[in-house]
Amino acid sequence: MKTIKLIIDGKTAEVPENTTLLKAAKTVGIDIPTLCYFELKDMNIENRPGGCRVCVVEVKGRRNLAPACNTMVAEGMEVYTHNIRVLNARRTVLELILSDHPAECLTCAKSGSCELQSMAQQLGVREIPYQGEQSKYRKDTSPAIIRDVDKCIMCRRCEMMCNDVQTVGALNAVNRGFMAVVAPAFEMNLEKSPCTYCGQCVSVCPTGALTEVDHSRNVINALADPAKTVVVQTAPAVRAALGEEFGLAPGTLVTGKMVAALRRLGFDYVFDTDFAADLTIMEEGTELLDRLTRYLKGDKDVKLPILTSCCPGWVNFFEHNFPEMREIPSTAKSPQQMFGPIAKEYFAKKLGINRKNMIVVSIMPCLAKKYECQRDEFKVDGDPDVNFSLSTRELAHLIKASNIDFSSLPEDDFDNPLGESTGASVIFGTTGGVIEAACRTAYELYTGKKLEKVDFKELRGLENVRHATIDFDGLPINIGIAHGLGNARKLLEDIRDGKSQFHAIEIMACPGGCIGGGGQPYHHGDSEVIKLRASALYREDAGKPIRKSHENPFILELYKDFLGKPCGEKSHHLLHTHYFDKSAGVFVEE
Amino acid sequence: MARQIRIALRNCGVIDPERIEDYISRDGYMALATVLTELSPEAVIEILKKSGLRGRGGGGFPAGLKWEITRKVQADQKYVVCNADEGDPGAFMDRSILEGDPHAVLEAMTINGYCTGASKGLIYIRAEYPLAVERLKTAMKQSREMGLLGNNILQTGFNFDIDIRYGAGAFVCGEETALIHSMEGLRGEPTVKPPFPSVEGYLKKPTNVNNVETFANVPVIINKGWEWFASIGTEKSKGTKVFALAGKINNVGLVEVPMGTTLREVIYEIGGGIQGGKEFKAAQTGGPSGGCLTKKHLDTPIDYDNLIAAGSMMGSGGLIVMDEDDCMVAIAKFYLGFTVEESCGKCSPCRIGNKRLFELLEKITQGNGTMEDIDKLRNLSTVIKDTSLCGLGQSSPNPVLSTIENFIGEYHEHVKDKKCRSKVCKSMMQYLVVPEKCIGCTLCARNCPVNAISGERKQVHLIDQEKCIKCGACMEKCKFNAIIIN
Ligand SMILES: Cc1cc2nc3c(=O)[nH]c(=O)nc-3n(C[C@H](O)[C@H](O)[C@H](O)COP(=O)(O)O)c2cc1C
Ligand code: SF4
Ligand code: SF4
Ligand code: SF4
Ligand code: SF4
Ligand code: SF4
Ligand code: FES
Repeated sequence: MKTIKLIIDGKTAEVPENTTLLKAAKTVGIDIPTLCYFELKDMNIENRPGGCRVCVVEVKGRRNLAPACNTMVAEGMEVYTHNIRVLNARRTVLELILSDHPAECLTCAKSGSCELQSMAQQLGVREIPYQGEQSKYRKDTSPAIIRDVDKCIMCRRCEMMCNDVQTVGALNAVNRGFMAVVAPAFEMNLEKSPCTYCGQCVSVCPTGALTEVDHSRNVINALADPAKTVVVQTAPAVRAALGEEFGLAPGTLVTGKMVAALRRLGFDYVFDTDFAADLTIMEEGTELLDRLTRYLKGDKDVKLPILTSCCPGWVNFFEHNFPEMREIPSTAKSPQQMFGPIAKEYFAKKLGINRKNMIVVSIMPCLAKKYECQRDEFKVDGDPDVNFSLSTRELAHLIKASNIDFSSLPEDDFDNPLGESTGASVIFGTTGGVIEAACRTAYELYTGKKLEKVDFKELRGLENVRHATIDFDGLPINIGIAHGLGNARKLLEDIRDGKSQFHAIEIMACPGGCIGGGGQPYHHGDSEVIKLRASALYREDAGKPIRKSHENPFILELYKDFLGKPCGEKSHHLLHTHYFDKSAGVFVEE
Repeated sequence: MARQIRIALRNCGVIDPERIEDYISRDGYMALATVLTELSPEAVIEILKKSGLRGRGGGGFPAGLKWEITRKVQADQKYVVCNADEGDPGAFMDRSILEGDPHAVLEAMTINGYCTGASKGLIYIRAEYPLAVERLKTAMKQSREMGLLGNNILQTGFNFDIDIRYGAGAFVCGEETALIHSMEGLRGEPTVKPPFPSVEGYLKKPTNVNNVETFANVPVIINKGWEWFASIGTEKSKGTKVFALAGKINNVGLVEVPMGTTLREVIYEIGGGIQGGKEFKAAQTGGPSGGCLTKKHLDTPIDYDNLIAAGSMMGSGGLIVMDEDDCMVAIAKFYLGFTVEESCGKCSPCRIGNKRLFELLEKITQGNGTMEDIDKLRNLSTVIKDTSLCGLGQSSPNPVLSTIENFIGEYHEHVKDKKCRSKVCKSMMQYLVVPEKCIGCTLCARNCPVNAISGERKQVHLIDQEKCIKCGACMEKCKFNAIIIN
């Protein structure tokens, strides 16, 4: 590749051709501020509409200032990133953006993590000279996401995520000129759109225009109610990211501190969604083997591949977009929703309390789980199996608001029986983890032999679509993995067109899997953060004494005591679900 | 005496645009025949380059060079696009050409296809031009029947066909990248250039975009030779330009004059002077985002570069003449009002900045402006031009900057004296009773809708300026001319 030499603020930079001025400047220690630009390196995710114009720089010989994020280097270019013309322009542009923005930092959910706020600080804006009318829009609250687009700065990151990455198309630029904003078609409510609640728009929005629906107040009230037994479950990906909210390095595992904090918050039982993930493997793995064996015997009614179903964002996606294929995914519920009935139908009975007096709270990296736990099929006489789902971020706020000094907490252990888990369940939190966990169990159940090498490294990584062939003692099993719904769409289209060679496919709605979920601490476009979270989970897995779901002693006890056998009648009733055709608008079950 | 030379408009009003025979009888399709049978694409491009023809859609980019760039890009498919979006309010030169001489555009697009290697042409036309669309369809049908369009044109083995696409009705969709996105079914908003359409355009393929008038010049240049064309006009702007004269001028309508004609010649010789013999104040060129030329520019030869130097631009050729009754602050506000409506909203300086410019101008025309506001106007205008993504925002503050530059006195009057000398800015006007003339008939007081006038019968009346809404009812009713505007 050709090397280009150019001069930026008097410093000589040498970079490959087709490098942007933004990146070239970084190589010589110059950090040009950006707002709309967004990139998740190595994950094929980039947004550069060139809309905000705060990154403008002067290129000698050009009539106008040039956006650094969108201007490619050229030989001999002379660039100025902070002369008076540039500084004045950048500041004026930011002042304009602020002049059309509600000054609500004191009460804004994004305050402290807001990129607009920090840019105003960085440029030292102390007053806004260009006052005038502000664009006002209707606030929109869906089951998982709040749109307060008065705060939208038209960076289009959410649009890029929802269209280019997720191929959902729920959010697009609407209106023109001063009233232009990103919204669902016809500015209808998100709830009426094909939104999957994956929350990826929320995870990239630089401002408070898109945030999660906050359920922490409901949880505080439940904790304060002496008549309620409040049980909490925590998803695998939370422990790998929660520490970031308390200033710990990305990739720090805070399992023990998190348990301690939850106990201090007043939860009666601190359990682990990982336990339910082991249960998911038992059910999903058994279903896979059953389908596989029947398929190999020539049963024409059996459809392969089998698709995982533990991600509710993904479930929403195929209900909207591929309803005709809704027989293909596993019927196993997500771990969150497996945990619910086990807590309320099994554990509550053990405690001798009525399920209505038990409140189940989940801590999730995920916003789709907020919607999932409100689905009617997951309620018994109106009582939801899981009452409230909080995001990792909401938990962090709750801890902060409860005077708990997180860093000085001791390490605590989960309660039993629903707190015991294996390494297999921990890696559910990252792309490829579910299928690896399933392989560990399915291999042993199918071959009847002991699996010596439990690490399936070939299933790990961050490539958009991965495939690997796993040797089940002479039987090659073809595995597909996709993270991000756009990648899932490709695999689904192949299946529909009869081109798929896979036996089993794992799909996660969020890029990177749940570690990159819509409810996680904001990564601000740093893909290293996501990678570090993944390696933390693999570390936790490696350190676990038991690493296969079917060896979890409490799982075995649960089957013996209560469920009978995997995919048996009771499991079928409590742990499996069915899917709906939502292609004709959002389905409302009466 | 300045004269018009009709090149782009050569056939308009002369031939029956629905008869291809009429067009052919005036050398129509001769250029295409010459090109296809005698000239290589490179030779045609060379002729165009030497002719000095520049784009008439606003930017003035050399047409031959654009064709050459498009030709040189390797691709399995290329497109020719005719930009007939013509969104400037008051402009109708492209419509006139399409309605009066549709074959000229078809012929030129086909020649372009031959030169660039494109087999497909698209005309992006405003849906508000139904007659032009009909004429184009008729023309396309006739030329296909005669083997001048479609497969194996003139038995040379060259294939080229044209389709019509309808505009989305937004001004910014005339900007070439926005136009392309609109044709692709996407939101009609511009994207950052480069890549230019010639390299990556419609469906990511190389796309040569030219304006209607640009195309209309091409066949004549081939027929009469580049030397002839290059002999008309100024050093860097060759040929003619069609202008749509409007405003306070006696002869409104389309004129086509050689580049380099002066504003004085256009206004006083061709346009017949200012209406009612009033005094010329300014001429707005370049459409809503152009600037104004003043008395000191009357003898400047009009061409691309002189207009830019004067703080305006050629634009598509709108020319609106203003006289002493026009308030320049109000004019600037009027144009900003248009831009605020037409901005696509993609980039922040244009989306928010133009709105703020408009609000500042509104404040000044309402008599509430401060000197600081004028500084703000200057800084904002400069920054919007400097930082906007597309040509719309890069030029929309021109009316503000050029009126500030040329008529700063009027701004000062509005701000300091709270006075609008042209009596346009209503909120600054005061209706006053002249005591010497008022006989106290009470007619005015009885007709004031907000009861702002007080006074006893046979006493001099008084208008309460706080209450007055400046409707002018009193002045209309007074039989003694006792009410005046200050
Ligand atoms: C806001 C805006 C509106 C425009 N509208 C038109 C138009 O209506 N017609 C046109 O031919 N060019 C228009 N242009 C210019 C086009 O982008 C493009 O430069 C032109 O079509 C190229 O053709 P030409 O080189 O033959 O002039 C517009 C540009 C801008 C920035
Ligand atoms: S979005 Fe950011 S700048 Fe706006 S109110 Fe919230 S924290 Fe403040
Ligand atoms: S939650 Fe996901 S599907 Fe819904 S709008 Fe956001 S990105 Fe699109
Ligand atoms: S909602 Fe947020 S992410 Fe989407 S365009 Fe607005 S500011 Fe950007
Ligand atoms: S990948 Fe994980 S975080 Fe994302 S929607 Fe699915 S379950 Fe939720
Ligand atoms: S300058 Fe105006 S019209 Fe052009 S891209 Fe920006 S907002 Fe849209
Ligand atoms: S960061 Fe470059 S234009 Fe927004």
